[in-house]
Amino acid sequence: MRVQLSHPARTVEVDGPKRARDVLRELNLVVEAHLVIRDDELVTEDELLHDKDRIEIRPVISGGSQVEVKADQKSP
Amino acid sequence: MNCTKCKTKAVIKLPRHHAAFCKDCFTCFVHDQVAKAIRSQKMFGKDDRILVAVSGGKDSLALWDILLKLGYKADALYVNLGIGNYSEQSYEKVRRFAETVAVPLGATLHTHTVELEEGAGIRELAKLVHRPACSTCGTIKRYQFNRAAIEHEYDVMATGHNLDDEAARLLGNVLHWQEEYLDKQGPVLPASVEGLAKKVKPLYRLTERELAAYCVLNGIDYIVDECPMAQGARTLHYKEVLNRLETESPGTKQTFYWGFLERQSKKASASTTMAEKDQAVLHPCTTCGQPTTADVCSYCKLMARAKTTMSR
Repeated sequence: MRVQLSHPARTVEVDGPKRARDVLRELNLVVEAHLVIRDDELVTEDELLHDKDRIEIRPVISGGSQVEVKADQKSP
Repeated sequence: MNCTKCKTKAVIKLPRHHAAFCKDCFTCFVHDQVAKAIRSQKMFGKDDRILVAVSGGKDSLALWDILLKLGYKADALYVNLGIGNYSEQSYEKVRRFAETVAVPLGATLHTHTVELEEGAGIRELAKLVHRPACSTCGTIKRYQFNRAAIEHEYDVMATGHNLDDEAARLLGNVLHWQEEYLDKQGPVLPASVEGLAKKVKPLYRLTERELAAYCVLNGIDYIVDECPMAQGARTLHYKEVLNRLETESPGTKQTFYWGFLERQSKKASASTTMAEKDQAVLHPCTTCGQPTTADVCSYCKLMARAKTTMSR
């Protein structure tokens, strides 16, 4: 299956069928920091993904301000 | 996997809540968590005017959407930082959200353009004053959001800080034993003195992953790219560590941050203490009048340094 990744934007091929959590594991990605989207629909980690599926793995982590400074401001 | 509530097909699993939800039940869950945060921390009421700080990212657009859907009077301010394509793209996301969702619900979008008012974009300003971009950005945004909230007479300013942001910041402060910053780590900062807006973080009960999922499921188009100036920031490392712990042991982030808040609340009226402390140290900046602990506030100092360097 073709998997679209971000940061940096790239596409990789992963053999299916495979559960979403196993695709994440194969790409060394943490579940808690990513969403798996199949054809614009969100799927859970135990969803079985097939070779024909168009998959996006979207990172969800953001924020650049230094945490340890007094500022309570991040990119809002 | 089926939805814990309605038993239809689930689209997201939340191990920290031992639950899985379909789209509609997940949206209800997110709205409930925000309503609970607002109520339990006495953030604001239905008659208050709220100014949401929006960036085009998932958290701030989700926050604006949720507050409007919950029936609050929420306008927003976007600060255009002048970071090339990134700022152009993020403004486009905000503008489109405002046009299609917020304005039809009666809300207004304010904008502030750093290049117009401060004379240069963040990247250039940071170079001029020899400070990291994130810290320059923080100073300008904090100043302009507070100024807009006061000038437009909003009752409260809301930011999109989520559970991951707060847990990562707490971890950073604890690792470096920055105890003096812990007082300011609650989800509500009072309007302690004249000229200082009340600030709240209604998303502190939700993780980044839940907010990104909320956006995907509700068709909110946000900027996925990370700010090019933030790459390698320490926040991201703390978040990564916490997410590895969370994956192994669900609930770690909330236990860490909420546990901290519980301990804070047991201290004698924490917000009163914070207001009293603020009143003792804050006074008007001699240049602009905004509250500061020094004679001249950090924004005016920054701008004075930038102008001196620019005129050379």
